[in-house]
Amino acid sequence: MTPAPRVLVGMEVHLQLATATKCFSPSPYHFGADPNTLIDPVVLGLPGALPVLNREAVRLAIRTGLALGAEIAHITKWDRKNYFYPDLPKGYQISQFDQPLCEGGAVEIDGDDGQPKVIRIRRAHLEEDTGKSTHDEGGAKSRVDLNRAGAPLLEIVSEPDITSASEAERYLDALREIVAYVGTSDGNMQEGNLRCEPNVNLVFPNGDRTAIVEVKNINSVRNVGRAIEFEIVRQAREYAEEGRTAENTPRSTRGWDDDAGATVHQRWKESADDYRYFPEPDLPPLAIERAFVERERAELPELPRARRARYRDVLGLSAYDAEVLTGDPHLSAWFERALGGQRDAKTVANWVQGELMRYLNEHKLQLADVALTPEGLGELVDLQSDGTLNARTAKELFREVVASGASVAALVAERGLAQVSDRGAVEAAVRAAMERQAQAVEDFRAGNPKARGRIFGEAMKQLRGQGDPRQVDEVLNTLLG
Amino acid sequence: MDALFAPNHPLDQSVAVMAARVRDRSDSLSAQELVGAALARIEACNADLHAFLCVTPEIALEQARAVDAAVQAGQDPGPLAGVPLAVKDNLAVPGAPLTCASRILANYTPPTAATSVARAVAAGACVVGKTNLDEFAMGSSTENSAFGATRNPYDRTRVPGGSSGGSAAAVAAGLAPLALGSDTGGSIRQPAALCGIVGVKPTYGRVSRNGLVAFASSLDQVGPFGRTAADARALLQAIEGPDDADATTRAMPSVAASTPPSLAGLRYGTVREFDVSQVPGGADAEAAVDGVRARLRAAGATAVDLSLPLVTGSIPVYYIVAPAEASSNLARFDGVRYGHRAHDANSLESLYARSRDEGFGTEVKRRILIGTFALSSGYADAYYKRAMAARTALRAQFDAAFKRCDVLISATTPTSAFALGEKSDDPLAMYLCDVLTVAANLAGIPAVSIPCGRDSRGLPLGLQLWGPVGSEGRLLDLAAALAAETGLGYEAPTGYGGPA
Repeated sequence: MTPAPRVLVGMEVHLQLATATKCFSPSPYHFGADPNTLIDPVVLGLPGALPVLNREAVRLAIRTGLALGAEIAHITKWDRKNYFYPDLPKGYQISQFDQPLCEGGAVEIDGDDGQPKVIRIRRAHLEEDTGKSTHDEGGAKSRVDLNRAGAPLLEIVSEPDITSASEAERYLDALREIVAYVGTSDGNMQEGNLRCEPNVNLVFPNGDRTAIVEVKNINSVRNVGRAIEFEIVRQAREYAEEGRTAENTPRSTRGWDDDAGATVHQRWKESADDYRYFPEPDLPPLAIERAFVERERAELPELPRARRARYRDVLGLSAYDAEVLTGDPHLSAWFERALGGQRDAKTVANWVQGELMRYLNEHKLQLADVALTPEGLGELVDLQSDGTLNARTAKELFREVVASGASVAALVAERGLAQVSDRGAVEAAVRAAMERQAQAVEDFRAGNPKARGRIFGEAMKQLRGQGDPRQVDEVLNTLLG
Repeated sequence: MDALFAPNHPLDQSVAVMAARVRDRSDSLSAQELVGAALARIEACNADLHAFLCVTPEIALEQARAVDAAVQAGQDPGPLAGVPLAVKDNLAVPGAPLTCASRILANYTPPTAATSVARAVAAGACVVGKTNLDEFAMGSSTENSAFGATRNPYDRTRVPGGSSGGSAAAVAAGLAPLALGSDTGGSIRQPAALCGIVGVKPTYGRVSRNGLVAFASSLDQVGPFGRTAADARALLQAIEGPDDADATTRAMPSVAASTPPSLAGLRYGTVREFDVSQVPGGADAEAAVDGVRARLRAAGATAVDLSLPLVTGSIPVYYIVAPAEASSNLARFDGVRYGHRAHDANSLESLYARSRDEGFGTEVKRRILIGTFALSSGYADAYYKRAMAARTALRAQFDAAFKRCDVLISATTPTSAFALGEKSDDPLAMYLCDVLTVAANLAGIPAVSIPCGRDSRGLPLGLQLWGPVGSEGRLLDLAAALAAETGLGYEAPTGYGGPA
């Protein structure tokens, strides 16, 4: 029995930045358009067409880098990565070789031991995407769609700090959450906004290590985990049975076969690929002003992991509530606005996770479809907590304003919905209730405590639901004796 | 043929006069007549000279009609109103083929115009055709054209120079008063010298490369040919200036004419390494330039002797940088989206290999191989990176030289036009044609070639003026002053256009 190896996973993530147009030309890019409709002379690599940098791509790359805690280069430049493939129209990809836009940084995740764990980022650089090739079964025909060609990509390369499949999944979840928060990418793996290639190998206690395997063609976070699990088993078996190590086996690229649930050998990397990198002569180097970087840094929102900790540790929300309320950046932003900085977090959280979620689920709506503003909910919470509205009225009002977006305060004033807290009025209502429910009074006094509820309900009815239940309760106690 | 080249023919006047007459409603000369005359000259002479790969009468006449209509409507059609323009066939003209004299692009027509072409047309110029070149501008004789060589109008057994040989021959023969070319290592200046006309290699970044099929992107620059400095300046002024479509363009002072400089007080530099008197066949060229230097001193100019040792490395540096960039720039010609595609390829690999093997000529393949090698892992440091460092150092040597003098003066080429076929089998001899020109491209500085008399065989020689970054306006001022002082200038080849 071979002793258990240490697992080393480094992750290469290609993140498509959410710019309106491509990285070096004016065509838009969005997923799902008809093939070869989002193109222009630069994308097609027509003779004489020149790339022109989309500065918004640089801004989004810097913003992402800052969110990862990276150092932003003072001067960055572009390089050509030369290789032939039909979905690479120019025969080279404009990328960054030795002066990436971002260096260093980290993503914090929960390690497998439940403790926080830092996954270091080596570098992140900007490059253009390629087109997409599809091949007929049997290889009769290949088709090229250049819509995606030239879309801006940030390639984020981690150190091999990930030590299990589940950590890899959490790393990707954390990364997706961060870019969703800072709004730099849709991070949708199905639509190819985020693509990742884990590099996996094993280190055995005796120092032997297996050759690094890069796994491509993975289309979901879950499958990243499955592919890594498969590789761990496969590499360990090849080591145990065939003695395969990095010493006697070259690095290789394998592809993920979702149906088979397995990685499949694609090619050996006998020697390093020679991409003949050289500085892109069509694009001058770019100096990045510190003032610009600092402005971007100042505009970064609180990041999800920090926010989750604050909800737990400062606002006193449960771990579950903190998780749910930070899981989606839109919901989190909504909650933040409803909180308004000073409202009771638990109360607001209950409203958001209770009534609001119920409403969204019932009507199959998105948060963006809701007419009620977060400030409107805040108003409702305030009117309830200062005693103006009781819980029932508040819920009824919520159901109305969530769809209409009307002002809660205005409705309360208009309809006289304010809670009745005048003691005289409450006493009169309780007396009337005792008269109308004389039988219940008798039953209660005869020793049936349940009968009290009928009197209470009658009193609330007399108050048209606007009584403060605690006050009604107290008066009822006094009068029932 | 006589009427085509009759004395005082409107096409043989200066561009300024030509355009002024077209713009003048009271003058009977129209843009359409001017263009018609140029088309007739091309029709008569092109079979012999092969300066044009493609003549574009529809495009030229449509542009001429627009100019005439503007004149009739009282609008200003621009400073090049009605002036026939020849365009090197590596610059995009929509509706006309863009072949780069290569089989790989034989059937390619671009959808949009090169910025330089669009600006010239916006200034009133009318594109009469696309001119011959060495395939993808790689060469110094225009013999590397896949569609046949161009002949020198001064001696049809000789080359016009290259790679913009078609443009130079067209202007020298009076087929078009102006032409656009591109200069990567001397491809405007060398043919200008060999054809006895004026050619300008602008400062890198003055003229947009958008729509110029890239050869070596960090060296390529679009520039004008004309029979006089004033003509060339008119075209350069129309096409210069920053362009959103080319990130390497920069704002710099316009080349608009200023007060002609006084030759008295001018400090001209003579660079020891540019002396070709000892080069085989170079005595005539150096003697011609020496004659001009003597006239300058007589007019009160001061001679400054200089040494720029790095200049001797220009050719090797150039033949690393240019092929390296070319190997990448020409990767897009793969038979997948446009251009020549091999018919019988049975795999992706063979599609690439066969399309490119069939599409590219020998010299282009040679340079792709050299460039691919120079950029290869393990060699890039020794070759490409050292070459780029040498460029920076060379630029510094020029900067230092221009602190000591206003302009450098040298021959443009060591010899006059050589015979067709003379150097075809000797690529190194061909590469050395650029020995006096490549340094300007490597340093990014402007240089102008102007006519400098004839050699002992009666063939034109060129003199080259070099200036610091952004100084081509002053170089053209000086070229005009020199021409006035020495009387040297364009002389029409026998049987072609009259004096400008």
